[in-house]
Amino acid sequence: MSDVVAIRPALPGNVSDAGQGAFNRALAPSRVNGRTLVMALYLLFLMLPIYWLINMSLKTNTEISTTMTLWPRDITFEHYRKIFTDASWYGGYINSLTYVVINTVLSISLALPAAYAFSRYRFLGDKHLFFWLLSNRMAPPAVFALPFFNLYSAIGLFDTPWAVALAHCLFNVPLAVWILEGFMSGVPREIDETAAIDGYSFPRFFIRIFMPLIASGIGVAAFFCFMFSWVELLLARTLTSVNAKPIAATMTRTVSAAGMDWGLLAAAGVLTIVPGALVIWFVRNYIAKGFALGRV
Amino acid sequence: MIKIVNNKAWFLVLPVFAVVAFSVVLPLMTVVNYSVQDSFGNNQFFWNGVGWFQDLLDPSKELGGRFFDSLWRNLLFSGIILAIEIPLGIAIALAMPREGWSVALSLVLMALPLLIPWNVVGTIWQVFARSDIGLLGWAVNNLGIDYNYTGHTLDAWITLVVMDVWHWTSLVALLCYAGLKSIPDAYYQAARIDGASRWAVFRTIQLPKMRRVLLIAVLLRFMDSFMIYTEPFVLTGGGPGNATTFLSIDLVKLALGQFDLGKAAAMSLVYNLIILAVCWVFYTVMTSADAKAERVEA
Amino acid sequence: MARITLDHLAHAYRPDPQGPQDYALKEINHVWTQGGAYALLGPSGCGKTTLLNIISGLVRPTRGRILFDDRDVTDLPTEARNIAQVFQFPVVYDTMSVRENLAFPLKNRHVPRDRTAARVEEIARLLDLSSVLDRKASNLTADMKQKISLGRGLVRPDVAAILFDEPLTVIDPHLKWQLRSTLKEIHRALDITMIYVTHDQTEALTFADRVVVMHDGAVVQTGTPDELFERPAHTFVGHFIGSPGMNVLPCRVEGATAFVENNAIALKQAYPGLPQNQRIELGIRPEFLQLQPKGTGVPVHVRRIDDIGRARIARVDLAGRAIAASVPEGVLIAGDEASIAFDARHIHIYADGHLVPGQPTGAHV
Repeated sequence: MSDVVAIRPALPGNVSDAGQGAFNRALAPSRVNGRTLVMALYLLFLMLPIYWLINMSLKTNTEISTTMTLWPRDITFEHYRKIFTDASWYGGYINSLTYVVINTVLSISLALPAAYAFSRYRFLGDKHLFFWLLSNRMAPPAVFALPFFNLYSAIGLFDTPWAVALAHCLFNVPLAVWILEGFMSGVPREIDETAAIDGYSFPRFFIRIFMPLIASGIGVAAFFCFMFSWVELLLARTLTSVNAKPIAATMTRTVSAAGMDWGLLAAAGVLTIVPGALVIWFVRNYIAKGFALGRV
Repeated sequence: MIKIVNNKAWFLVLPVFAVVAFSVVLPLMTVVNYSVQDSFGNNQFFWNGVGWFQDLLDPSKELGGRFFDSLWRNLLFSGIILAIEIPLGIAIALAMPREGWSVALSLVLMALPLLIPWNVVGTIWQVFARSDIGLLGWAVNNLGIDYNYTGHTLDAWITLVVMDVWHWTSLVALLCYAGLKSIPDAYYQAARIDGASRWAVFRTIQLPKMRRVLLIAVLLRFMDSFMIYTEPFVLTGGGPGNATTFLSIDLVKLALGQFDLGKAAAMSLVYNLIILAVCWVFYTVMTSADAKAERVEA
Repeated sequence: MARITLDHLAHAYRPDPQGPQDYALKEINHVWTQGGAYALLGPSGCGKTTLLNIISGLVRPTRGRILFDDRDVTDLPTEARNIAQVFQFPVVYDTMSVRENLAFPLKNRHVPRDRTAARVEEIARLLDLSSVLDRKASNLTADMKQKISLGRGLVRPDVAAILFDEPLTVIDPHLKWQLRSTLKEIHRALDITMIYVTHDQTEALTFADRVVVMHDGAVVQTGTPDELFERPAHTFVGHFIGSPGMNVLPCRVEGATAFVENNAIALKQAYPGLPQNQRIELGIRPEFLQLQPKGTGVPVHVRRIDDIGRARIARVDLAGRAIAASVPEGVLIAGDEASIAFDARHIHIYADGHLVPGQPTGAHV
């Protein structure tokens, strides 16, 4: 057992024992300021629209519609209070979170064995199957909107979180398989063999030894499933009407009915950014890997 | 890694296969079924053969004209955002800090737009670009430029492009940054010893090492921009007129708006085939690049 | 072509070094003469890579100067020094052919095209790369890539010194020997100073005319391979070079006799004036310590005898300390008890690890 844990995949990089920041030194000192400037401008460009949304969410509707102010003159939390007290608003968040969590758990538990198979074995049609999975990650949701509507209506899942959760499996399962396969390939197969020699059955080996080894991979895959399910609207909106309506749909509909309550819209928008902003810290070093389908 | 041939591995893949097949094969069969029929409402369907496809692929027909218009708009949009986001993403990746607390801060701030629900992205820009209540629209109009993205086609396009750049450039930059970080310091040291200029370092070391991630970035951005729906739907609703009606928007209008199931199904199939073809090119190029990388390492 | 002088050189990675413990490289004064083959030998973390990076200009030293001939290059950037470096992992420009790789440093320095071409051909012949000149550099084996790295240094006619940073790390064992001989040949053919950093004593001793041994950020000895073997200036050198390394035993010295516990060992020289409060040790290499049957010499307890091919090495306990001794041919030991004979000419006395020079005893002269 201790042998198994001791073997760690060798990490690439870290090549020279004294080389630190040679990249910085590779640039002439005068360019450092230029780089900082580019970065600062870019981050400003990214943050301004978000700031504006937060700014608006804290203003009264009168202030929004009558004056142009760079920060709220008369700070109000009225919009947030309304969202947290009105069931039709906070219910949207609960609905969204429900299908997102179902989808994440479902995608990861389906993808784990499949990713293991792809990372360890060759089998009949493996390449074609992998391509087929990838092609589904790329499939336009618009194509599936109508047939999904028919399908889930026919089996009685329409307007339940399960419909959206299953529909999002279309792109999240392939994504999870790709990311997990990338992490699993980094674990040497000697570990599997050592465990087999030590008398571990396959399920016990997989849960007790292998999964802890790729824990960070599972975390990253889960994060990306969560995220893509959270940001998607087209399918979520098509497959729900009242009971399971996601917050994203609540936003668009309520606003158009209430005649542009901008402050409320902004507050609802800010609240949809919060979950992503919270978890992003934990996966910041894996974001590139996740978006590149585990291929960086 | 050398893989063992074992067809029993299929049992491990079976759950994924079943779920994805359920999500894909059944709906696609429905689509194929609709695409060869015509309906006059009341659930009455008539055999229409390849009629819809003929209409769709003939630009002189109403359906075909509409399809090709959306297709060209989509291709133009993808071309523009690629031309901006790829070079900009590379530049940002090169400008990113390499060590210290600012690395984590930059990574988190840059990733933020990627994690915002797409309709909220649309909403943010819908608000931000309005001339009455949005900072951008207000500032541009105060500069004396008549800017109105709901009224002028060009303004709508510019707003859409800026929004997409805002939303997705960080993805390209993060991928490139990951590629840059994988370059051992020895390469930069060797280049200095060889007297290489900054430009030569970029051309001979950084760009080749970013090739793989750039490939991924180009194809991901192409695919996602080719399928774009939510953001323009919220921002412009496809307008003014049909100026920003992309394929997905058109398809949803046809299918869920007008319930023109036959036309929508035919369009879905052609649209999906285009995606599949691009995807195949992507996959082939990537796997051949992977195989080449492995050969070199061996 | 240059002599390299390190003048009161020291380096700390911390911005405000206080004591010696903050220095990755303690003060060094050293001269490498033009055309020599040198090795910098020491374990990981001894500061040898730091020193190499200071010479190549990738690191600016905290204190001191570095001179090429009489020119102070301390503040010159890497590209302005006539230095080439071969790294631990092969560095080749993947997108270029071997020919373009070799021409790269000249192209950057705007050398005319025809001169570049001729020079590339010449260096390729020297390195036996002529047959692969038009192949993509990325598809070659590790040893070929290292040759290309070396070639990019050699191609510059003005290069003063070539630095090697553990260049054989990723080379297959059977090719290591070959590549090392190529290096030797090139050193003989071209009059270039070569500095070879390694932690492998065999590589250092076979490559270099003079070896600089480093330990804990400081140079502990500089000498020919023979000198390092015969007269280690520091117990660390004794340990580090030779296999097995030198035996070091705490002792007490009176006149020309050393006492290890209560065993008297005759010395060739006397050590009057040994410092009082320092650790006094006796060092002798296993090669000069012969195992013999119990009786004469210092009694020891034999633990085991290893056959290492060309010789047999006995692992024995002397007054509770494990030491190694050589077993001469034909000597058979019955049981665990035996004794060892010290070759007095090869015994060295160390105070706090540093070699103490002895004084010839009048009686023996």
